[in-house]
Amino acid sequence: MSEKKLAFPFVTPVPLELPGEYAGLRTQQPVAAVILPTGDPAWLVTRYTDVRQLYTDPRLSRAAAVQSGAPRCNQVGPDPDSIVSKDPPEHTRLRRLVAPAFTARRIEAMRPRIARLVEVLLDAMEEAGRPADLIDRLAFPLPITVICELLGIPEIDRNRFREWSEAFMSTTAHSVDAVRTAQARFEGYLTELIKDKRAHPTEDLLGVLIAARDTHDRLTEKELVNLGMTVLVAGFETTATQIANFVVTLLRHPDQLAQLRAEPHLIPDAIEELLRYVPRRSDGGAIRVAVEDVELGGVTIRAGEAVIPAIGSANRDGIQFPDADRLDLTRTDTSHLAFGFGSHHCLGAQLARVEMQIVFGALLRRFPGLHLAVPEADLTWRIGTLVLSPVTLPVTW
Amino acid sequence: MASQWEIDVDVDRCIGSGMCAGTAPKYFIVSNDRKSRPRARVVDPDETLSDAAFTCPVEAITITEADSRLPVVPDDDR
Repeated sequence: MSEKKLAFPFVTPVPLELPGEYAGLRTQQPVAAVILPTGDPAWLVTRYTDVRQLYTDPRLSRAAAVQSGAPRCNQVGPDPDSIVSKDPPEHTRLRRLVAPAFTARRIEAMRPRIARLVEVLLDAMEEAGRPADLIDRLAFPLPITVICELLGIPEIDRNRFREWSEAFMSTTAHSVDAVRTAQARFEGYLTELIKDKRAHPTEDLLGVLIAARDTHDRLTEKELVNLGMTVLVAGFETTATQIANFVVTLLRHPDQLAQLRAEPHLIPDAIEELLRYVPRRSDGGAIRVAVEDVELGGVTIRAGEAVIPAIGSANRDGIQFPDADRLDLTRTDTSHLAFGFGSHHCLGAQLARVEMQIVFGALLRRFPGLHLAVPEADLTWRIGTLVLSPVTLPVTW
Repeated sequence: MASQWEIDVDVDRCIGSGMCAGTAPKYFIVSNDRKSRPRARVVDPDETLSDAAFTCPVEAITITEADSRLPVVPDDDR
Protein backbone atom coordinates (compact mmCIF):
# COMPACT_ATOMS: atom_id res chain seq x y z
CA MET A 1 0.00 0.00 0.00
CA SER A 2 1.13 3.60 -0.50
CA GLU A 3 2.75 5.50 2.38
CA LYS A 4 0.21 8.30 2.75
CA LYS A 5 -3.06 6.95 4.03
CA LEU A 6 -6.31 8.77 4.65
CA ALA A 7 -8.16 8.34 7.93
CA PHE A 8 -11.52 6.66 7.30
CA PRO A 9 -14.50 7.09 7.82
CA PHE A 10 -14.33 10.69 6.58
CA VAL A 11 -15.91 13.46 8.61
CA THR A 12 -18.70 15.46 7.04
CA PRO A 13 -19.13 19.13 7.98
CA VAL A 14 -22.89 19.04 7.30
CA PRO A 15 -24.87 16.03 8.58
CA LEU A 16 -26.05 13.70 5.76
CA GLU A 17 -23.92 15.46 3.17
CA LEU A 18 -21.41 13.19 1.52
CA PRO A 19 -17.84 13.96 2.67
CA GLY A 20 -15.96 15.96 0.02
CA GLU A 21 -13.07 13.46 -0.18
CA TYR A 22 -15.07 11.02 -2.30
CA ALA A 23 -15.35 13.15 -5.44
CA GLY A 24 -11.57 13.55 -5.63
CA LEU A 25 -10.92 9.89 -4.90
CA ARG A 26 -13.26 8.72 -7.67
CA THR A 27 -11.23 10.61 -10.27
CA GLN A 28 -7.71 10.47 -8.76
CA GLN A 29 -7.52 7.35 -6.64
CA PRO A 30 -10.58 5.15 -7.12
CA VAL A 31 -9.11 2.41 -4.94
CA ALA A 32 -7.41 4.29 -2.09
CA ALA A 33 -5.39 3.17 0.91
CA VAL A 34 -7.08 4.22 4.17
CA ILE A 35 -6.60 3.73 7.91
CA LEU A 36 -9.62 2.63 9.97
CA PRO A 37 -10.47 3.86 13.51
CA THR A 38 -9.06 0.56 14.82
CA GLY A 39 -5.71 1.44 13.21
CA ASP A 40 -6.21 -1.31 10.62
CA PRO A 41 -5.44 -0.56 6.96
CA ALA A 42 -7.95 -1.09 4.13
CA TRP A 43 -8.61 -0.21 0.48
CA LEU A 44 -11.54 2.12 -0.08
CA VAL A 45 -13.38 1.54 -3.36
CA THR A 46 -15.30 4.61 -4.51
CA ARG A 47 -16.44 4.13 -8.15
CA TYR A 48 -19.79 2.61 -9.05
CA THR A 49 -18.49 -0.08 -11.42
CA ASP A 50 -15.65 -1.08 -9.10
CA VAL A 51 -18.01 -1.38 -6.13
CA ARG A 52 -20.31 -3.62 -8.16
CA GLN A 53 -17.37 -5.74 -9.24
CA LEU A 54 -16.17 -6.00 -5.64
CA TYR A 55 -19.58 -7.28 -4.55
CA THR A 56 -19.62 -10.22 -6.95
CA ASP A 57 -15.97 -11.26 -6.81
CA PRO A 58 -15.88 -14.57 -4.87
CA ARG A 59 -12.22 -13.93 -3.96
CA LEU A 60 -13.29 -10.98 -1.80
CA SER A 61 -14.62 -12.80 1.22
CA ARG A 62 -16.87 -11.90 4.13
CA ALA A 63 -15.85 -15.04 6.03
CA ALA A 64 -12.19 -13.98 5.86
CA ALA A 65 -13.19 -10.52 7.14
CA VAL A 66 -14.59 -11.84 10.44
CA GLN A 67 -11.55 -13.94 11.34
CA SER A 68 -9.82 -12.64 14.46
CA GLY A 69 -7.17 -10.13 13.51
CA ALA A 70 -8.92 -9.14 10.26
CA PRO A 71 -9.18 -5.36 9.66
CA ARG A 72 -12.44 -3.79 10.85
CA CYS A 73 -14.16 -0.43 11.42
CA ASN A 74 -16.06 -0.83 14.68
CA GLN A 75 -15.24 -2.26 18.08
CA VAL A 76 -16.63 -5.73 17.77
CA GLY A 77 -17.15 -7.39 14.41
CA PRO A 78 -20.10 -9.66 13.59
CA ASP A 79 -20.15 -13.25 14.80
CA PRO A 80 -18.70 -15.81 12.34
CA ASP A 81 -22.00 -17.70 12.72
CA SER A 82 -23.96 -14.76 11.33
CA ILE A 83 -25.44 -14.84 7.83
CA VAL A 84 -23.59 -11.58 7.12
CA SER A 85 -20.27 -13.31 7.85
CA LYS A 86 -20.47 -16.18 5.40
CA ASP A 87 -19.63 -16.77 1.75
CA PRO A 88 -21.55 -18.96 -0.70
CA PRO A 89 -22.35 -21.85 -0.42
CA GLU A 90 -22.55 -21.59 3.42
CA HIS A 91 -24.24 -18.22 3.08
CA THR A 92 -26.70 -19.61 0.54
CA ARG A 93 -27.75 -22.41 2.93
CA LEU A 94 -28.92 -19.78 5.47
CA ARG A 95 -30.24 -17.33 2.89
CA ARG A 96 -32.51 -20.02 1.42
CA LEU A 97 -34.19 -20.43 4.79
CA VAL A 98 -35.16 -16.76 5.11
CA ALA A 99 -35.54 -15.68 1.47
CA PRO A 100 -39.13 -16.96 0.96
CA ALA A 101 -40.41 -14.68 3.76
CA PHE A 102 -39.01 -11.59 2.00
CA THR A 103 -39.90 -12.02 -1.66
CA ALA A 104 -41.54 -9.07 -3.39
CA ARG A 105 -44.73 -11.12 -3.57
CA ARG A 106 -44.85 -11.83 0.18
CA ILE A 107 -44.02 -8.25 1.06
CA GLU A 108 -46.68 -6.83 -1.27
CA ALA A 109 -49.21 -8.94 0.62
CA MET A 110 -48.17 -7.15 3.83
CA ARG A 111 -48.99 -3.70 2.39
CA PRO A 112 -52.47 -3.35 3.97
CA ARG A 113 -51.16 -4.34 7.41
CA ILE A 114 -48.26 -1.88 7.17
CA ALA A 115 -50.60 0.89 6.00
CA ARG A 116 -52.87 0.20 8.98
CA LEU A 117 -49.94 0.37 11.42
CA VAL A 118 -48.81 3.70 9.93
CA GLU A 119 -52.32 5.17 10.32
CA VAL A 120 -52.51 4.05 13.94
CA LEU A 121 -49.10 5.57 14.74
CA LEU A 122 -49.97 8.84 13.02
CA ASP A 123 -53.35 8.98 14.80
CA ALA A 124 -51.51 8.71 18.11
CA MET A 125 -48.99 11.34 17.08
CA GLU A 126 -51.74 13.75 16.06
CA GLU A 127 -53.66 13.13 19.24
CA ALA A 128 -50.64 13.72 21.48
CA GLY A 129 -50.22 17.09 19.76
CA ARG A 130 -47.38 19.30 18.62
CA PRO A 131 -44.43 19.09 18.71
CA ALA A 132 -43.71 15.37 18.30
CA ASP A 133 -40.53 13.33 18.07
CA LEU A 134 -40.98 11.65 14.70
CA ILE A 135 -38.39 9.00 15.57
CA ASP A 136 -40.22 7.86 18.71
CA ARG A 137 -43.66 8.23 17.14
CA LEU A 138 -43.10 6.67 13.72
CA ALA A 139 -39.61 6.02 12.36
CA PHE A 140 -38.70 3.54 15.09
CA PRO A 141 -41.99 1.84 16.10
CA LEU A 142 -43.18 1.09 12.56
CA PRO A 143 -40.31 -1.07 11.27
CA ILE A 144 -39.81 -2.77 14.62
CA THR A 145 -43.49 -3.72 14.87
CA VAL A 146 -43.46 -5.07 11.31
CA ILE A 147 -40.29 -7.13 11.73
CA CYS A 148 -41.39 -8.41 15.17
CA GLU A 149 -44.71 -9.58 13.69
CA LEU A 150 -42.93 -11.25 10.80
CA LEU A 151 -40.44 -13.03 13.06
CA GLY A 152 -42.90 -13.71 15.86
CA ILE A 153 -41.12 -11.71 18.55
CA PRO A 154 -43.06 -9.79 21.23
CA GLU A 155 -42.68 -6.13 20.35
CA ILE A 156 -43.16 -5.20 23.99
CA ASP A 157 -39.43 -5.76 24.35
CA ARG A 158 -38.61 -3.31 21.57
CA ASN A 159 -36.80 -0.70 23.65
CA ARG A 160 -34.28 -3.33 24.67
CA PHE A 161 -33.70 -4.26 21.01
CA ARG A 162 -33.07 -0.62 20.22
CA GLU A 163 -30.52 -0.32 23.02
CA TRP A 164 -28.69 -3.50 22.03
CA SER A 165 -28.64 -2.62 18.36
CA GLU A 166 -27.15 0.81 19.12
CA ALA A 167 -24.26 -0.94 20.86
CA PHE A 168 -23.54 -3.06 17.77
CA MET A 169 -23.07 0.02 15.58
CA SER A 170 -20.88 1.83 18.09
CA THR A 171 -17.37 3.05 17.35
CA THR A 172 -16.61 4.99 20.55
CA ALA A 173 -20.04 5.52 22.16
CA HIS A 174 -19.79 2.12 23.89
CA SER A 175 -16.82 0.24 25.34
CA VAL A 176 -15.89 -3.16 23.90
CA ASP A 177 -17.24 -4.70 27.12
CA ALA A 178 -20.55 -2.88 26.73
CA VAL A 179 -20.89 -4.15 23.14
CA ARG A 180 -20.14 -7.71 24.22
CA THR A 181 -22.63 -7.44 27.08
CA ALA A 182 -25.34 -6.22 24.70
CA GLN A 183 -24.55 -9.11 22.36
CA ALA A 184 -24.75 -11.65 25.20
CA ARG A 185 -28.05 -10.24 26.48
CA PHE A 186 -29.59 -10.26 23.01
CA GLU A 187 -28.46 -13.86 22.47
CA GLY A 188 -29.79 -14.84 25.89
CA TYR A 189 -33.13 -13.21 25.10
CA LEU A 190 -33.52 -15.06 21.81
CA THR A 191 -32.36 -18.35 23.30
CA GLU A 192 -35.18 -18.11 25.87
CA LEU A 193 -37.71 -17.11 23.22
CA ILE A 194 -36.70 -20.04 21.00
CA LYS A 195 -37.13 -22.37 23.99
CA ASP A 196 -40.69 -21.04 24.46
CA LYS A 197 -41.44 -21.44 20.78
CA ARG A 198 -40.21 -25.03 20.82
CA ALA A 199 -42.75 -25.73 23.56
CA HIS A 200 -45.47 -23.81 21.68
CA PRO A 201 -44.71 -23.98 17.93
CA THR A 202 -45.67 -20.98 15.76
CA GLU A 203 -45.89 -20.39 12.03
CA ASP A 204 -43.96 -17.11 11.98
CA LEU A 205 -40.43 -16.88 10.55
CA LEU A 206 -38.75 -17.81 13.82
CA GLY A 207 -41.06 -20.85 13.98
CA VAL A 208 -40.05 -21.79 10.41
CA LEU A 209 -36.36 -21.45 11.30
CA ILE A 210 -36.78 -23.56 14.44
CA ALA A 211 -38.43 -26.29 12.34
CA ALA A 212 -35.60 -26.04 9.79
CA ARG A 213 -33.19 -26.76 12.64
CA ASP A 214 -35.14 -29.37 14.58
CA THR A 215 -36.74 -31.30 11.71
CA HIS A 216 -34.26 -30.89 8.88
CA ASP A 217 -30.98 -29.98 10.63
CA ARG A 218 -30.41 -27.18 8.14
CA LEU A 219 -28.62 -24.88 10.60
CA THR A 220 -26.87 -25.01 13.98
CA GLU A 221 -28.35 -23.66 17.20
CA LYS A 222 -25.88 -20.76 17.17
CA GLU A 223 -26.77 -19.94 13.57
CA LEU A 224 -30.46 -20.03 14.48
CA VAL A 225 -30.05 -17.58 17.38
CA ASN A 226 -27.84 -15.30 15.34
CA LEU A 227 -30.13 -15.36 12.32
CA GLY A 228 -33.07 -14.27 14.47
CA MET A 229 -30.98 -11.47 15.91
CA THR A 230 -29.62 -10.32 12.55
CA VAL A 231 -33.00 -10.25 10.81
CA LEU A 232 -34.51 -8.35 13.74
CA VAL A 233 -31.78 -5.70 13.95
CA ALA A 234 -31.40 -5.28 10.19
CA GLY A 235 -35.18 -5.15 9.97
CA PHE A 236 -35.61 -2.01 12.00
CA GLU A 237 -32.35 -0.16 12.54
CA THR A 238 -31.75 0.84 8.93
CA THR A 239 -35.34 1.71 8.06
CA ALA A 240 -35.84 3.73 11.24
CA THR A 241 -32.66 5.68 10.56
CA GLN A 242 -33.52 6.41 6.97
CA ILE A 243 -37.10 7.51 7.64
CA ALA A 244 -35.65 10.24 9.88
CA ASN A 245 -32.87 11.12 7.43
CA PHE A 246 -35.25 11.24 4.46
CA VAL A 247 -37.52 13.67 6.35
CA VAL A 248 -34.54 15.94 7.05
CA THR A 249 -33.44 15.72 3.41
CA LEU A 250 -36.91 16.45 2.02
CA LEU A 251 -37.26 19.48 4.30
CA ARG A 252 -33.96 20.76 2.87
CA HIS A 253 -35.53 20.62 -0.62
CA PRO A 254 -38.89 22.35 -0.15
CA ASP A 255 -39.59 22.71 -3.89
CA GLN A 256 -39.20 19.01 -4.50
CA LEU A 257 -41.15 18.18 -1.35
CA ALA A 258 -44.02 20.34 -2.66
CA GLN A 259 -43.91 18.53 -6.00
CA LEU A 260 -44.03 15.16 -4.25
CA ARG A 261 -47.01 16.26 -2.18
CA ALA A 262 -48.81 17.41 -5.33
CA GLU A 263 -47.93 14.25 -7.27
CA PRO A 264 -47.93 11.33 -4.84
CA HIS A 265 -47.60 8.83 -7.70
CA LEU A 266 -43.93 9.91 -7.76
CA ILE A 267 -43.36 8.41 -4.31
CA PRO A 268 -41.88 5.02 -5.36
CA ASP A 269 -39.28 6.72 -7.61
CA ALA A 270 -38.67 9.39 -4.97
CA ILE A 271 -37.88 6.71 -2.37
CA GLU A 272 -35.35 5.12 -4.76
CA GLU A 273 -33.75 8.51 -5.31
CA LEU A 274 -33.57 9.15 -1.56
CA LEU A 275 -32.02 5.71 -1.10
CA ARG A 276 -29.38 6.68 -3.66
CA TYR A 277 -28.78 10.18 -2.33
CA VAL A 278 -28.87 9.93 1.46
CA PRO A 279 -25.95 8.12 3.12
CA ARG A 280 -27.00 5.87 5.98
CA ARG A 281 -23.73 5.17 7.72
CA SER A 282 -20.29 6.69 7.63
CA ASP A 283 -18.33 3.60 6.65
CA GLY A 284 -20.00 2.14 3.57
CA GLY A 285 -20.84 -1.53 3.06
CA ALA A 286 -19.45 -4.51 4.94
CA ILE A 287 -15.70 -4.97 4.66
CA ARG A 288 -14.29 -7.87 2.57
CA VAL A 289 -10.88 -9.53 2.75
CA ALA A 290 -9.11 -10.90 -0.33
CA VAL A 291 -8.39 -14.63 -0.17
CA GLU A 292 -6.04 -14.30 -3.16
CA ASP A 293 -4.58 -11.38 -5.11
CA VAL A 294 -7.28 -9.41 -6.92
CA GLU A 295 -6.98 -6.60 -9.51
CA LEU A 296 -9.54 -3.89 -8.85
CA GLY A 297 -9.66 -0.40 -10.33
CA GLY A 298 -6.01 -0.58 -11.36
CA VAL A 299 -4.77 -1.68 -7.92
CA THR A 300 -3.63 -5.11 -6.79
CA ILE A 301 -5.37 -6.11 -3.59
CA ARG A 302 -3.04 -8.65 -1.99
CA ALA A 303 -4.38 -11.75 -0.27
CA GLY A 304 -5.21 -10.84 3.34
CA GLU A 305 -5.88 -7.16 2.59
CA ALA A 306 -9.27 -5.57 3.21
CA VAL A 307 -11.58 -3.67 0.86
CA ILE A 308 -14.51 -1.42 1.70
CA PRO A 309 -17.30 -0.67 -0.78
CA ALA A 310 -18.01 3.07 -0.44
CA ILE A 311 -21.71 2.79 -1.22
CA GLY A 312 -22.44 6.49 -0.69
CA SER A 313 -19.70 7.42 -3.14
CA ALA A 314 -20.74 4.83 -5.74
CA ASN A 315 -24.25 6.24 -5.59
CA ARG A 316 -22.88 9.69 -6.46
CA ASP A 317 -20.67 8.51 -9.32
CA GLY A 318 -21.44 10.84 -12.23
CA ILE A 319 -20.51 8.17 -14.76
CA GLN A 320 -23.47 6.10 -13.60
CA PHE A 321 -25.84 8.90 -12.52
CA PRO A 322 -25.88 12.13 -14.53
CA ASP A 323 -25.83 15.19 -12.25
CA ALA A 324 -25.23 12.73 -9.41
CA ASP A 325 -24.91 15.30 -6.61
CA ARG A 326 -28.35 16.69 -7.32
CA LEU A 327 -31.36 15.22 -5.54
CA ASP A 328 -33.96 14.67 -8.25
CA LEU A 329 -37.05 12.89 -7.00
CA THR A 330 -38.25 12.31 -10.57
CA ARG A 331 -35.12 10.36 -11.51
CA THR A 332 -36.12 6.92 -12.75
CA ASP A 333 -32.74 5.18 -12.64
CA THR A 334 -32.98 2.74 -9.72
CA SER A 335 -29.55 1.16 -10.10
CA HIS A 336 -28.27 2.59 -6.78
CA LEU A 337 -26.35 0.32 -4.42
CA ALA A 338 -28.07 1.33 -1.18
CA PHE A 339 -29.05 -2.31 -0.62
CA GLY A 340 -25.67 -3.64 -1.72
CA PHE A 341 -25.28 -6.03 -4.62
CA GLY A 342 -24.61 -9.73 -5.13
CA SER A 343 -25.19 -12.61 -2.73
CA HIS A 344 -25.51 -10.32 0.32
CA HIS A 345 -28.01 -7.97 -1.34
CA CYS A 346 -30.25 -6.74 1.50
CA LEU A 347 -32.75 -9.46 2.40
CA GLY A 348 -35.26 -6.84 3.52
CA ALA A 349 -34.93 -4.51 0.52
CA GLN A 350 -38.51 -5.01 -0.66
CA LEU A 351 -39.84 -4.62 2.88
CA ALA A 352 -37.88 -1.41 3.41
CA ARG A 353 -39.18 -0.02 0.10
CA VAL A 354 -42.80 -0.77 0.92
CA GLU A 355 -42.50 0.65 4.45
CA MET A 356 -40.90 3.84 3.12
CA GLN A 357 -43.48 4.25 0.35
CA ILE A 358 -46.35 3.91 2.82
CA VAL A 359 -44.74 6.12 5.47
CA PHE A 360 -44.05 9.01 3.09
CA GLY A 361 -47.41 8.64 1.32
CA ALA A 362 -49.20 8.96 4.66
CA LEU A 363 -46.97 11.69 6.12
CA LEU A 364 -47.35 13.98 3.10
CA ARG A 365 -51.09 13.40 2.87
CA ARG A 366 -51.92 13.79 6.55
CA PHE A 367 -49.38 16.45 7.55
CA PRO A 368 -49.02 18.81 4.57
CA GLY A 369 -47.45 21.48 6.79
CA LEU A 370 -44.91 19.15 8.43
CA HIS A 371 -41.70 20.93 9.41
CA LEU A 372 -39.00 20.83 12.06
CA ALA A 373 -40.02 22.22 15.44
CA VAL A 374 -36.47 23.55 15.97
CA PRO A 375 -33.97 25.16 13.58
CA GLU A 376 -32.17 22.38 11.73
CA ALA A 377 -28.86 23.53 13.19
CA ASP A 378 -30.22 22.66 16.65
CA LEU A 379 -30.74 18.97 15.85
CA THR A 380 -28.44 16.70 17.82
CA TRP A 381 -26.74 14.02 15.73
CA ARG A 382 -25.59 10.69 17.05
CA ILE A 383 -21.88 10.48 17.71
CA GLY A 384 -19.48 7.62 18.36
CA THR A 385 -21.42 5.37 16.00
CA LEU A 386 -21.31 4.36 12.34
CA VAL A 387 -24.99 5.27 11.96
CA LEU A 388 -25.80 8.73 10.64
CA SER A 389 -28.96 9.89 12.37
CA PRO A 390 -30.42 12.63 14.54
CA VAL A 391 -30.97 11.56 18.15
CA THR A 392 -34.51 12.93 18.07
CA LEU A 393 -36.51 14.56 15.30
CA PRO A 394 -38.86 17.20 16.77
CA VAL A 395 -41.51 18.08 14.19
CA THR A 396 -44.64 20.16 14.14
CA TRP A 397 -47.41 20.79 11.58
CA MET B 1 -28.12 -39.26 -16.36
CA ALA B 2 -30.64 -36.79 -15.05
CA SER B 3 -32.26 -34.39 -17.45
CA GLN B 4 -30.50 -31.11 -18.17
CA TRP B 5 -31.97 -27.92 -16.79
CA GLU B 6 -33.24 -24.97 -18.76
CA ILE B 7 -32.80 -21.53 -17.18
CA ASP B 8 -35.09 -18.59 -17.77
CA VAL B 9 -34.86 -15.08 -16.28
CA ASP B 10 -37.92 -12.86 -16.44
CA VAL B 11 -36.23 -9.55 -17.26
CA ASP B 12 -39.37 -7.57 -16.56
CA ARG B 13 -39.35 -8.81 -12.99
CA CYS B 14 -35.57 -8.70 -12.50
CA ILE B 15 -34.43 -5.82 -10.27
CA GLY B 16 -30.72 -6.49 -10.76
CA SER B 17 -30.01 -7.30 -7.10
CA GLY B 18 -27.08 -9.43 -8.21
CA MET B 19 -28.16 -12.23 -5.86
CA CYS B 20 -27.91 -14.85 -8.61
CA ALA B 21 -24.64 -13.55 -10.04
CA GLY B 22 -23.15 -13.42 -6.54
CA THR B 23 -24.42 -16.87 -5.55
CA ALA B 24 -23.83 -18.67 -8.84
CA PRO B 25 -21.44 -16.58 -10.98
CA LYS B 26 -20.93 -19.61 -13.23
CA TYR B 27 -24.52 -19.37 -14.43
CA PHE B 28 -25.58 -15.71 -14.27
CA ILE B 29 -24.26 -12.34 -15.29
CA VAL B 30 -25.81 -8.95 -14.53
CA SER B 31 -25.25 -6.59 -17.42
CA ASN B 32 -24.89 -2.82 -17.27
CA ASP B 33 -28.64 -2.37 -17.66
CA ARG B 34 -28.96 -4.12 -14.27
CA LYS B 35 -30.70 -7.15 -15.74
CA SER B 36 -29.54 -10.67 -15.01
CA ARG B 37 -29.09 -13.13 -17.84
CA PRO B 38 -28.13 -16.81 -17.84
CA ARG B 39 -24.68 -17.43 -19.33
CA ALA B 40 -26.07 -20.58 -21.00
CA ARG B 41 -29.68 -21.56 -21.42
CA VAL B 42 -29.35 -25.32 -20.95
CA VAL B 43 -26.95 -26.73 -18.34
CA ASP B 44 -26.30 -29.83 -16.24
CA PRO B 45 -28.25 -29.97 -12.96
CA ASP B 46 -26.43 -28.18 -10.13
CA GLU B 47 -27.65 -27.30 -6.65
CA THR B 48 -25.81 -23.97 -6.77
CA LEU B 49 -28.07 -23.00 -9.65
CA SER B 50 -31.32 -24.01 -7.94
CA ASP B 51 -30.15 -22.24 -4.76
CA ALA B 52 -29.59 -19.05 -6.74
CA ALA B 53 -33.05 -19.34 -8.26
CA PHE B 54 -34.62 -19.92 -4.84
CA THR B 55 -33.02 -16.85 -3.29
CA CYS B 56 -34.06 -14.41 -6.03
CA PRO B 57 -35.96 -11.65 -4.17
CA VAL B 58 -38.45 -11.18 -6.99
CA GLU B 59 -38.75 -14.84 -8.05
CA ALA B 60 -37.63 -13.97 -11.57
CA ILE B 61 -35.71 -17.20 -12.21
CA THR B 62 -37.37 -20.34 -13.52
CA ILE B 63 -35.63 -23.69 -13.93
CA THR B 64 -37.29 -26.44 -15.93
CA GLU B 65 -36.19 -29.98 -16.76
CA ALA B 66 -35.27 -29.77 -20.43
CA ASP B 67 -36.64 -33.24 -21.32
CA SER B 68 -39.79 -33.52 -19.22
CA ARG B 69 -40.62 -29.77 -18.98
CA LEU B 70 -41.24 -30.38 -15.26
CA PRO B 71 -40.54 -27.38 -13.01
CA VAL B 72 -37.47 -27.50 -10.77
CA VAL B 73 -37.80 -23.92 -9.43
CA PRO B 74 -40.31 -22.74 -8.39
CA ASP B 75 -41.59 -25.96 -6.91
CA ASP B 76 -44.36 -26.66 -4.39
CA ASP B 77 -42.25 -25.40 -1.47
CA ARG B 78 -43.32 -21.85 -2.11
